[in-house]
Amino acid sequence: MLALENVVIRLDDFGLRADLAVPPQARVAVMGPSGAGKSTLLGAIGGFVLLSGGRIAFDGQDITTLHPAARPVATIFQDNNLFPHLTVARNVALGITHRRPDTATRARVADALMQVGLDGFGDRLPGSLSGGQQGRAALARALVRDKPLWLLDEPFAALGPGLRARMIALVDAVAARAGATVLMVTHDPTDAAALGGEIVVVANGMAAAPRPAARLLADPPPALAAYLRR
Amino acid sequence: MAVRPRPLTVAGVAVAGIVFLLVAGTIAAVAVRADGGAGLRPSDLAAIRFTLWQAVLSAILSVGLAVPVARALARRRFAGRRLLVTLLGAPFILPVIVAVLGLLMVFGRGGWINAAGTGMGLPPVSIYGPWGVVLAHVFFNLPLAVRLILQGWLAVPSERFRLAASLGLGPWATFRLIELPILRGIVPGAALIVFLVCTTSFAVALALGGGPRATTIELAIYQAFRFDFDLGRAALLALVQLAVTVAAATLALTVALPDTLGGGLDRHVARWDLARRWPDGIRIGLAALFLLLPLAALILRGVPNLAGLDTSAWLAAMRSVVTAMGATVLTLCAALPVAVAMQRLRWGRVVEGLASLAIAASPLVVGTGLFILIFPLVDPALMALPVTALVNAAMALPFAIRAIGPQVAQTEARYGPLADSLGLTGAARLRLLILPRLCRPLGFAAGLTAALSMGDLGVVALFADGRSETLPLHLYRLMGAYRMDDAAGAAVLLLALSLGAFWALDRGGRVDAGA
Repeated sequence: MLALENVVIRLDDFGLRADLAVPPQARVAVMGPSGAGKSTLLGAIGGFVLLSGGRIAFDGQDITTLHPAARPVATIFQDNNLFPHLTVARNVALGITHRRPDTATRARVADALMQVGLDGFGDRLPGSLSGGQQGRAALARALVRDKPLWLLDEPFAALGPGLRARMIALVDAVAARAGATVLMVTHDPTDAAALGGEIVVVANGMAAAPRPAARLLADPPPALAAYLRR
Repeated sequence: MAVRPRPLTVAGVAVAGIVFLLVAGTIAAVAVRADGGAGLRPSDLAAIRFTLWQAVLSAILSVGLAVPVARALARRRFAGRRLLVTLLGAPFILPVIVAVLGLLMVFGRGGWINAAGTGMGLPPVSIYGPWGVVLAHVFFNLPLAVRLILQGWLAVPSERFRLAASLGLGPWATFRLIELPILRGIVPGAALIVFLVCTTSFAVALALGGGPRATTIELAIYQAFRFDFDLGRAALLALVQLAVTVAAATLALTVALPDTLGGGLDRHVARWDLARRWPDGIRIGLAALFLLLPLAALILRGVPNLAGLDTSAWLAAMRSVVTAMGATVLTLCAALPVAVAMQRLRWGRVVEGLASLAIAASPLVVGTGLFILIFPLVDPALMALPVTALVNAAMALPFAIRAIGPQVAQTEARYGPLADSLGLTGAARLRLLILPRLCRPLGFAAGLTAALSMGDLGVVALFADGRSETLPLHLYRLMGAYRMDDAAGAAVLLLALSLGAFWALDRGGRVDAGA
């Protein structure tokens, strides 16, 4: 279980508070207006943004001051998820080792690529992949990292609606097999609904506790309603 | 987040410290050794006057001629334009002494111009003396000025010219409303850069100047060394040179200097206010002729003489290659950590400033200081090549940092979070992220350093004797002995080595760069 206890983030004139818990293997969409702090919240959990107060714990272990790589977290960023000078297989293998991959590593990488539907793409450079395929490769690396918490910071924002829905279904399926918890930032209520699970609304300097997506979208609270209204 | 010790950052700070010690230490040595008792002689005052006079004149002529050429290049599209713009960058890596020999072949006593002139009954013109020095400086700095001004021109949004077209502005109104403001912004900075370059000119003055009317301060330092062996006077003159450089650099701080390494000059701005093509064509043609003719003359004369080069020329060439390799390795090993430290530390600009300090002191001033420090300990001739490599590396370092720095910043901004999340630190981060992303600028910086060092005729002239002379110095001695055929052969060899080193290293950085 992921727990944010009295978390306070302060960056210049921006402030965000969070006091919430995410149950194991949950699917959580993080929604809210631009600039409200959705990415900042994920950055704090991932170790890229320092807290001004409070603590973050995962399964009872305090991770507040850990280095990003030492946290039980795999992050998929909005872009630049792959080093463009390394092959797809090498990029995925970096989730396991920084050395030249050995036979066992190569087998795990091939298996992960197969799970995300990139069978046979291992020797390609990222530049030769489509946006959706790059997202799949990033997902394959999250998979081999063997971390219980996946943070997705709008990685599919540049994809069309149909492809985005397929990618979210893929994330859900792959994460289910890995037993991972998923937090995904999104702008689109359709994405939140597709992910199922729950929604954390970030607005007015506050990240609210997760509530079931279906119910929240059917009867949105004022902050979310204001954001969703066109 | 745990703060880990980062070896590259530490190394970068150390490099900045070493460069500072090198520059400050040599200046201190010069200051201590300077013989102020005798004061400045009339000939020294003449040297100061000539240094300033030729630098001002070279700046005015270079920039004045560059404006129409840059304007023509900015608004015309023609076959070979890209090649010409690339060639305008070549003088930067062209060995000075090679270009001087090329100019001699065209403008010298037995050169093409005089041959044509005497055919028409005109009196011969001489390239030796003050005007020869200015001519050579314009040859080197006209292309630089054209590139700087062209950059300013191409920075104008094309919408502005479209707006001018839609308002029906004619050529004169377009010039006044759009182009004149650009020139006002860029011309003072460009002129100041040329002025700065010319105040520390040594090789040109060595080859074409001399005597009471055409001796620069740097040449006077060399003469105090070589002819009088008066270290006290050389040191005093070095202090004078330092004062001139620092004064000029302080002046430069008040003017926004354009970036000298900028790229992307092959863009073309569409214009609607153009009439006849031929005036622009003539401007571009004359500039190209002025720049290409000396090199063509040199190559025509030198290639047949390549085979006749004797052992001493080939040995000098080998020394030059080794020195250039040493300078290149030194520069890369220094520039990479500095560029990384610059990006990671809050006071990165201080690190950059210290590491670039050599640019504030001229090579000959640093060389004089090193000579004073080394002379009591070892025979300077033995140290000629290491000292030359060291000074070349220190002089190339600022350019290398400028080439690498932005790419380091971009790499960290784009891929830093990903690398952090994967725990890529230390050697793994260097091997898997930084080096692969830096291939191109590293190759470019290496090529630049190798070419600059290969063609350098500066410090080596103070230190070397016949056993340790480099190819540029050997070439200078051949010219001094009027062995022009051998000199032309050696010059072609030096030209090939310099441009070849740049091409090979720059190219090496582009191979395998991936997406």
